Amino acid sequence: MSGVASPAAAGSVSDIANAVTNGERSAVSVVDAHLARIDDHEGAVHAFNLVTADAARATAAAIDERLAAGEDVGPLAGVPVAIKDNMCTRGVPTTCSSKILDGWRPPYDATVVERLASAGAIMVGKTNLDEFAMGSSTENSAFGPTHNPWQLDRVPGGSSGGSAAAVAAGFTPLSLGSDTGGSIRQPASLCGVVGVKPTYGAVSRYGLIAFGSSLDQIGPFTTTVADSALTMDVIGGHDPRDATSSTESFGSLVDVLDRGVDGLRVGLISEMTGGVIDGIAEDVLARVRAAAEALEAAGATVGEVSVPSSVYGLPAYYMVAPAEASSNLARFDGVRYGLRVDGPNTAAMHTASRTAGFGPEVKRRIMLGTYALSAGYRDAYYGSAQKVRTLITQDFDRAYADFDVLLAPSSPTTAFELGAKTADPLTMYLNDVCTIPSNLSGQPSMSVPFGVGDDGLPIGVQILAPLMGEPVMFQTAAVLENAQEDAS
Amino acid sequence: MTDTATDRREPTLPDGWELVCGLEVHVELSTATKLFCGCPNEFGSEPNTNVCPTCLGLPGSLPVMNADAVTSAMRLGRAINCTVKPSVMARKNYFYPDMPKDFQTSQYDQPTNENGWLDLPDGTRIEVERAHIEEDTGKSTHVGGDGRITSAEYSLIDYNRAGVPLLEIVSQPDIRTAEEAKAYVAELRGIVLALDVSDARMEEGSMRVDANVSVRPIGSDELRTRCEIKNINSLSSLGRAIVHEANRHVDLWTTGERPMQETRHWDEEAGRTRSGRSKEDAEDYRYFPEPDLTPLIPTAADLEAVDVSIPELPSAVRSRLADAAGVAPTEVSVLVDRGQAGFALDTIDAGADPTRVLVHLTNNLADGTGEMDPAAFAALVSMEVGGELSSTQTKEVLADMVVTGRTPDAVASEKGFEAMDTGELDGILDGLIADHPSEWERFCSGDDGDAKKMSGFFTGQIMKATRGQADGKVVAQLLNTRKP
Amino acid sequence: MSKLSRDDVAHVARLAMLELDDAEIDAFTEQLGSVLATADDMAALDLDSVVPAHHPLGLVNVMRPDVVQPSLDRDEVLAQAPAAEDGRFCVPPALGEQ
Repeated sequence: MSGVASPAAAGSVSDIANAVTNGERSAVSVVDAHLARIDDHEGAVHAFNLVTADAARATAAAIDERLAAGEDVGPLAGVPVAIKDNMCTRGVPTTCSSKILDGWRPPYDATVVERLASAGAIMVGKTNLDEFAMGSSTENSAFGPTHNPWQLDRVPGGSSGGSAAAVAAGFTPLSLGSDTGGSIRQPASLCGVVGVKPTYGAVSRYGLIAFGSSLDQIGPFTTTVADSALTMDVIGGHDPRDATSSTESFGSLVDVLDRGVDGLRVGLISEMTGGVIDGIAEDVLARVRAAAEALEAAGATVGEVSVPSSVYGLPAYYMVAPAEASSNLARFDGVRYGLRVDGPNTAAMHTASRTAGFGPEVKRRIMLGTYALSAGYRDAYYGSAQKVRTLITQDFDRAYADFDVLLAPSSPTTAFELGAKTADPLTMYLNDVCTIPSNLSGQPSMSVPFGVGDDGLPIGVQILAPLMGEPVMFQTAAVLENAQEDAS
Repeated sequence: MTDTATDRREPTLPDGWELVCGLEVHVELSTATKLFCGCPNEFGSEPNTNVCPTCLGLPGSLPVMNADAVTSAMRLGRAINCTVKPSVMARKNYFYPDMPKDFQTSQYDQPTNENGWLDLPDGTRIEVERAHIEEDTGKSTHVGGDGRITSAEYSLIDYNRAGVPLLEIVSQPDIRTAEEAKAYVAELRGIVLALDVSDARMEEGSMRVDANVSVRPIGSDELRTRCEIKNINSLSSLGRAIVHEANRHVDLWTTGERPMQETRHWDEEAGRTRSGRSKEDAEDYRYFPEPDLTPLIPTAADLEAVDVSIPELPSAVRSRLADAAGVAPTEVSVLVDRGQAGFALDTIDAGADPTRVLVHLTNNLADGTGEMDPAAFAALVSMEVGGELSSTQTKEVLADMVVTGRTPDAVASEKGFEAMDTGELDGILDGLIADHPSEWERFCSGDDGDAKKMSGFFTGQIMKATRGQADGKVVAQLLNTRKP
Repeated sequence: MSKLSRDDVAHVARLAMLELDDAEIDAFTEQLGSVLATADDMAALDLDSVVPAHHPLGLVNVMRPDVVQPSLDRDEVLAQAPAAEDGRFCVPPALGEQ
């Protein structure tokens, strides 16, 4: 089975913004071209839950008028963008790919949606995801799976599979995803695009429908590192509506891209590259080592470093994230919005609505999290997991005493076949083994495409950095991207 | 505690039994906005008009802590002698349609205030376990049936109150009588009003009291099964509910049964508590720290600012007034609760007789002092004590002054209340003796009862003749002098 | 940790307000049990003196000024409700037939 992937088909964010700003192209023509490509291939990919074609054209026309009037429209003028369908968009259905949010139109925009719009970007649709962002393949969607644009019988990864696929298929040059345990980096790896999980607090979560509140971060998918940097400059920064939003700033990431890696110390995480953590494919490991060599060739020094408690990341994550989710998803009770299945009393109505509205994986995680917090078990499960987070952070801090950035796989394997891992939840959970530690520590990491595996499918390399270390992470990513281009 | 249990026995309980009661008082903080969002914190708005994504718990919304609510919480905590500590907001998870997120954001193992106390006017000390910040719920109206929750056909929910900041003040089970419970709540209310952190109206629900009630044999220090009584809407209901529930417990224990630990609702009309809904599974709130909010760690400067901001509290006002008036603090607590202590002190400072000042304020000025100022009030009291006005006249003048704010001299002379001289009264009495010789005889030589009766007769006649302007004390003196 | 039982799963389902049929209870008992078994690995760590994680950037005292912001339009809010009446959200009775 072949694919329809063509990341380049969408053009780059900066090229489009420049062309629209300079009047070389109209925003309307940009949007029309992208909608046409969506028309051609969306049937095969199913990246979107909703394509907002009319609204996108209207927004584009308004942008063209403002440009004609001499206004500064912003750094993303006319750039079509796809938004993961767990971010609130005013008046536009927001479903989390769940039946329980059937028909809900939020009365407000997420901060990131506002910021993209103020920068001149144009939303063309809401992308598919694993229900409530719980999954690693986008197969847990109430609206059917998304297909990997590179090979349509493969998964795009998840949970932000729709957003990753939209960029890989050339539908949009930019999309937003959310990453709780790897939900941006793993699909970025499987779809051959750049995906960024910023420092916890670097991008506002206001309007992101919470999964694991202490872990969730929004970040971009783009075809180039520079486009992600540009997007981060737009969506990042303090938001008074998010109490966990950082008050510090790491400055513009666009400005650091050409700094190179000369003298930079790069550490390979030994647990993820040397067999301590099982199940990481040899072709993936080969690409990670190749990335290290490429950075070394560009002037970095490379060594191995141990992050011993990272092996406890998976169990800790599968206590903390479901615990928070069990509480975050309690509000879906049939009272104020979304699905209601009636019952003779309020409790019966709550139970009937939730039972009908949530899919099996969501129920599984709600159950797990409820148990992890319940009387008699909270200290052993949720409590221990929160302590393991501290250990992992301390281990990372020690590693960053000797290294500026760390390298690891983004995903243990290339894209697997649809249905291959749906039978056994635990097998599916293992997809996140290399990405979870950064969520638990709150530190930034990103996946940069770096070649293909034995099956010809994309492989991403994960770059990890200390808190607020986005600048050094992006400067490393830019070098890796160049090395990849040189190699191909 | 200095008092022994026997001093503080609930009088309505059978001999040998002791009440053990702790109170949970919820105070709605009167901030401009809700606890976690900028919606107005307002009572009485049209339903669901003070709502936003955050207080409606819409998906994707986030809370941000109201700084003034935290300050109010710390001030109230310090005013009841709590230690203000670093605190963490936590989620209390349970399903409840009035609660938009189906968890309540509250405080659990790290509350803002811990380990305080509150002294009742009679000196009894009630320990306070904690005073923590949490959010209020919305409000359901039960429709159909007879409007009760048990028979409603459906319910309508208004979320205007959802997210309003509350401080929950939890006492230790130190309360031994229903009167102590009422005094504790009255004292707390006085403190809240002095701090101006809430209007603390029980009828409007801005102050709500739940009572944890159990009983035990006197002499025992065990804590037996308690019931939590909700739906108490006034101080007098609080007293009745505690008395009823405690006696219910004694009845159960003495007939070989035992109370079940449960929530019960006070039924004001029936004068009894009723069992709440039964729960299949024991409550399991699955508390965990609220990841969307940061810890609250007051700085030394914050704590100092809080302490400096605390005004004189009712207990101090009570002592000051009691000292000035030379009475026990309990005798002035009504005036302090009513907010009339300052007026009383000013009047006493202006030289008025403290006893008369307290009597008038307590009995005749319950509805307020109106337009009257303390200096004028002091002058009035002096006229009364000096015999220039009878007590009846004084009351009449007082009523006028409250409305008009005039001086007592002006009011008295307008009403023609000139002090009677004794000569005039002598003349009136001479006339009466002439008209009623047998009565005078009985007054002069009858037995004690008869003399008393006739004293009343002549006093009444003199009052009638003077249209009430004679001073009763002067008349009594006159009668005694004329008695052979 | 003790092994997760079917009764545990049924109890948790009630807490979470989910109705599970027998097959789902069986499946969850097994699946959740195996996740919990991996979580039990954490018991190998000495966590007694470890402080649980807090905000990674160490943020504290994040608060907003007590200033009124616009509320939502009631019609827009109630338009999203499954049932509304008289300006309010409508739900079945709290204690209807059990």
